[in-house]
Parts: sequence; structure tokens; C-alpha cells
Amino acid sequence: MSASLRVSPANGAEWREATRLLAAGEATLVSLWGDDGRMRMAVRQASGALSFVEVACEDGSFPSVASVHAPADRLERAACDLFGFTARETADKRRWLDHGRWPLRHPLGQAVPHDGAPDAYPFLNAEGEGLHQIPVGPVHAGIIEPGHFRFHAGGESVVRLEERLGYVHKGVDRLMRGANLERGGVLAARVSGDSTVAYGVAFARAVEAALGIEAPPRAHGLRGLMAELERIANHFGDIGAVCNDAAFALMHAHCGILRERTLRTAKAAFGHRLMMDAVVPGGVAVDLTPEGAEAIRALVRHVRTTFPGLVQLYDNTASLQDRTVGTGVLNVDLARRFGAGGVVGRASGRDFDARRDCPYPPYDAFSFEVPIRRAGDVNARIWVRIEEVGESLSLIEAMLLRLAGGPVLATLASAGSACEGFALIETFRGEVFAHVRLANDGVVARCHLRDASWFQWPLLEAAIEGNIVADFPLCNKSFNCSYSGCDL
Amino acid sequence: MRNTLLLGLRPPLTEKAPGLEDPELAALASTVKEAAERALGRSLAIRHVDAGSCNGCELEIHALGNAFYDLERFGFRFVASPRHADVLLVTGPVTLNMREALQRTYDATPGPKWVVASGVCAADGGVFAGSYAIAGGVASVVPVDLVIPGCPPSPAALLRGLLALMRGGSK
Ligand code: SF4
Repeated sequence: MSASLRVSPANGAEWREATRLLAAGEATLVSLWGDDGRMRMAVRQASGALSFVEVACEDGSFPSVASVHAPADRLERAACDLFGFTARETADKRRWLDHGRWPLRHPLGQAVPHDGAPDAYPFLNAEGEGLHQIPVGPVHAGIIEPGHFRFHAGGESVVRLEERLGYVHKGVDRLMRGANLERGGVLAARVSGDSTVAYGVAFARAVEAALGIEAPPRAHGLRGLMAELERIANHFGDIGAVCNDAAFALMHAHCGILRERTLRTAKAAFGHRLMMDAVVPGGVAVDLTPEGAEAIRALVRHVRTTFPGLVQLYDNTASLQDRTVGTGVLNVDLARRFGAGGVVGRASGRDFDARRDCPYPPYDAFSFEVPIRRAGDVNARIWVRIEEVGESLSLIEAMLLRLAGGPVLATLASAGSACEGFALIETFRGEVFAHVRLANDGVVARCHLRDASWFQWPLLEAAIEGNIVADFPLCNKSFNCSYSGCDL
Repeated sequence: MRNTLLLGLRPPLTEKAPGLEDPELAALASTVKEAAERALGRSLAIRHVDAGSCNGCELEIHALGNAFYDLERFGFRFVASPRHADVLLVTGPVTLNMREALQRTYDATPGPKWVVASGVCAADGGVFAGSYAIAGGVASVVPVDLVIPGCPPSPAALLRGLLALMRGGSK
């Protein structure tokens, strides 16, 4: 879904009403972000409609959403760090992205110099006889992004986990400000490298919506093909990695082969293994040759012959199931309340997929199943991934079959005045929300990209409770949240 | 069925590695002051540190372990602690929020040690250069022995780089 956006007057009453709906569970938070002198919020109503509200931050403060709706907590703190606003009535005043190590505070608002001395960060406490703390990170033991996990454990069991992120904050929002569309696309493609295609599409569609143009039909088809290749490559990686964390290396080895074959196919078809920078505002930067299309078809044939054996292996290995079934359960109510997207939400009964529910091309022309489980455990998250691979293979075949001819890039005429647009695009881990505001001269005035992980990270804290510490890697991998995608 | 699956991992999936005659490898090797092999023999323990990457670089480092590249056949292995490491493989522009963690990881690594900056971000900050939140490339925080270019460097490029580090220049 994408559309241009009418800017309604900043109205405190609408803001309060949206907040009330969120707290009452009658709407889902899509995103919450700062802009010049105001806070903005997108919510999804029970009807499925998206609505946008904003509130002017006169005297630099605004009514907190997080104080009544926990899913807003980190987004709200991040916006306060970047813009220097204060959330009124909030209980959690700790900074989120700003660790005190930057040479300034409020890089997007009224910046003030800072000496770079790190802030203290009081973790939430858990008290009880025999409880101990285990600090982990930011540098972890594996090949993985940095973040800090603070466990409170009673013997082997996790009593409380609290995450502290922000370590890979690169200042993307500020780099975006004043960027031309080309550079904006390059930055968006590097917010979370594993979802580079989907981010490219999200940025492009938000820009296209703002400018009121549509990419050519062939570009839509190619974007769809790339996005599905990205999805299966990541799902292969995740299925293998979860099994590896359950000490079952054979699955990991085979999934690694499938992932590698997928990336090689992407390189053959679109010129880059991760397809970075292949999607650009206006369309795509590379066209697909007949040989490229054949390479994709050959990949689909190969996966169809090899993947079922792996699925069977997973299903028939009791020692593996012993680790995944009943582990790291995310309950259905929490998944709904947080609006958990992607595999995490769908394995806990939340039947939402932006490709189907906020349709955008090329998905609006195809039908496909959205696999759902309700158990919410590691096993359910693996199964959703397995079934999504099957759906993606069918989608890829159908998209190839119906791929339009013609140009792959539309010219971007500047609107000549300020304009804005948004897009909601499904990545392999859930939907990314993109909001782009363009200035008169066509450069980016503000770009906000909200990764699916914002609403999944807090749920990992809930899912791990009561599990043994040793199962944390398994649970964490089964969520596979992005660090860079949230730290920006 | 398990037999079929096990057999499926055997060669010829694993590919021949580039040798010193490979021009790209030779070019990288010529930038290495001291070959790791001369000091440590053919067994190098690598500790990966993400100092601010977009996670694209990590995906390709992971791929080094798959059956096509099979990194361990060359004597490389990834270790869980810098205290066990000979090589730090660092990705990403170094964010200010990670600078101290990178410095402390470096300090915790016993000498002799080598630092490889992997990817254009690690080289000089890449597209994030100039941001208020970035220290710069890896060399702005710890001494770097080898830079592997790419965004992200492909597994083949990473392999060439690591082999170049092991074997070193022509001296
Ligand atoms: S070099 Fe490219 S892939 Fe690697 S961290 Fe930088 S932007 Fe991401």
C-alpha cells in the first residue's frame, strides 16, 4: 500500500483519540515518529484503514502514547532522542538511541553540543532470592549484530530479559535530510541489508506516491521477483540457523546450500547477490534477460526437488523437535497488541501480511496463501517459514509467467512543491513502514523508515520468560529481529 | 533419506580456492605487511566484530561457512571470544555507540593480531561517512592490516582477502 498524504492540522484532540483507540486495543500502532516541531503517528483501525494524526510540540512536549500503550515505548524514546521532545506523563524517561556518546544531543531538532560521555542506563530490576544477572553483549559470540541483553535468571530459568539496542545507530534519519532521491534510495537500501530489496521498494513507493507517479508494469513485476527471492534466501538462512542453534548441523548445511544457490541466482538475474540498489525510485535499475529468467526458473525447480526432503528431515527428527516445540512461546494476545508483523506475528495467530492486506503491485494481481499458526513457539515460526517458501516459489513462477514487457524505469518529475507519501511493504520479517516528505526542490526533507523489528524485539523479551538461558539463542534466531533496522 | 542428504554435501559442491596466481588475491596480499602464516602457521582463529554494519556484510561472512566455500578447510575458524582470536574481522562504519566496544575487543585480543576491515563501510564509513553518529572507518579506531572492498564483499572476495592475509606479500 502507498499513497500520498494530506497533512491535517496538528490537532491534540485527534492525537488523544488515536491514543485511546490504541490503549483500548481497537487500533494497531503502525508507527510513531518525530518531524519538524511535531510528532506524527500512523494507526491501523480495526476496519483495516490507515489513519494519520499529528500533534504540535509547542513548548517541546507532547502527550505520551507509550504511557498507555507499551508498543510505542521505544519509538517514542527514539523520537525524543532525535528531536529533543519530551513525552508528557511517560514513566520511562531513559534515552534509547542516544547512549550519550555523540558529540551532540537532538541531531534532528535543536541540536545542543554534548561532551560524548556515556549515559548511565539503569536496567529494570527483578528481585527475589537467588536471582542473578547475566549481561550479554554488545559484542556477541557469533557472527551477529551487536546489542546488549540483560538477563535476570533464577538458576537456569530466565526471570526477565531486557534488551538495550542502539549500538549500530548510524544517523540515517539525519543523512536522509537534504539527500536527493538517488542517495535516499542508496541509504534506504542499507538500513537493514538482509531486507535491502524490500526497503528499496518501500522508499521508492513512498517517493512515487508523494510525486504522484507509478512505476512501469514491468518494474512492478521485477520488484516482486526480487522481493520473493529475498524472502526465500532469508527463510533458508533462518530455518538452517535455528536448527543449528538446536545442534542439528545437517539442516544448516543443506539450507546454506539452498541460500547460496538463491543468491547466485539473484546475481545472475539482477547483478548483485543481495540485489542491493536494484530497486530505485521510479522503477528498477536492472532489467531481467531471458537467461536471467531461466536461471530463476531453474532455481525454483531445484528447490522444489530438494526442499521437501529437508522439511521431512525436520519433521521426523525427534531430537530437533524436542528443542523447538513448546520453546519460546509468544502468546496470541501479545502478538495482536503489539501488532507483530511477519513470521513472528503469523506464528502467533496474527493473520496479517501487507502483500495481501494492504495490497500493492505486483501482489494485487496474484493470489497466495498466508500461512498461520497459533502455537507461537519456535516450531511454529519454523513452519510458517517453511510454508512461506512454498508460496513464494509459486509466486515467482506466476510472476515470471505474467511479466509485462516495456520499460523498467519511469522519469521522476519533481512536484515543484512540498509533498509527502508513505508505503507499507512486506519484508521477509514483517512490514516496513516508509514515510517520505519531499521539499520544494525535490530533495528529502524527512524520511522515516520503521522496521518490523520495532514491535518484535519487545515480544522476544516476553517469549523467553520462563525458558532456560541456554535456549535464548534458539528463540532469538527464531525471531531474527534486525538490529540495524531499528537502530538506524 | 539421511544418507542421501549426507551425500549431497560431498564434493564437487566445494569449489577450488583461488591461489596466489589470482591477480585480485595477489593485489590484496601485496598490501599485507606480515603474513599471518609466518607467525602462526596455517591455523587462524577469527573473531568477527560488527561495529555498525547494516548486516549485509554479516550475511556474506556467514556464507563463507557453506559447502561451496567451506572456509575451515584452509585452517580458518570463527571463535566466540577475542581472547581466542588471531584476527579481528570488522564490519560496518564504526558507530560512536560501538567505538568503545571495538576498542575493548581489540585490547582483549592477544598479540600477534591482525585486523581486517571488511566492506566499504569498514574501509572509510561508506555511505554513512560524515554522520554525527559515526567515528569513521575501522582504522580511525584500531590499526588495520587489510581492507577487503565490496558492499558487501562477496564470500569469494572475503576468501581471497583472508588467504591474502595468511600468505602475505611477496617478501
Ligand atoms: S559495506 Fe555495504 S553491506 Fe557492508 S555494512 Fe556497509 S552498507 Fe552494509
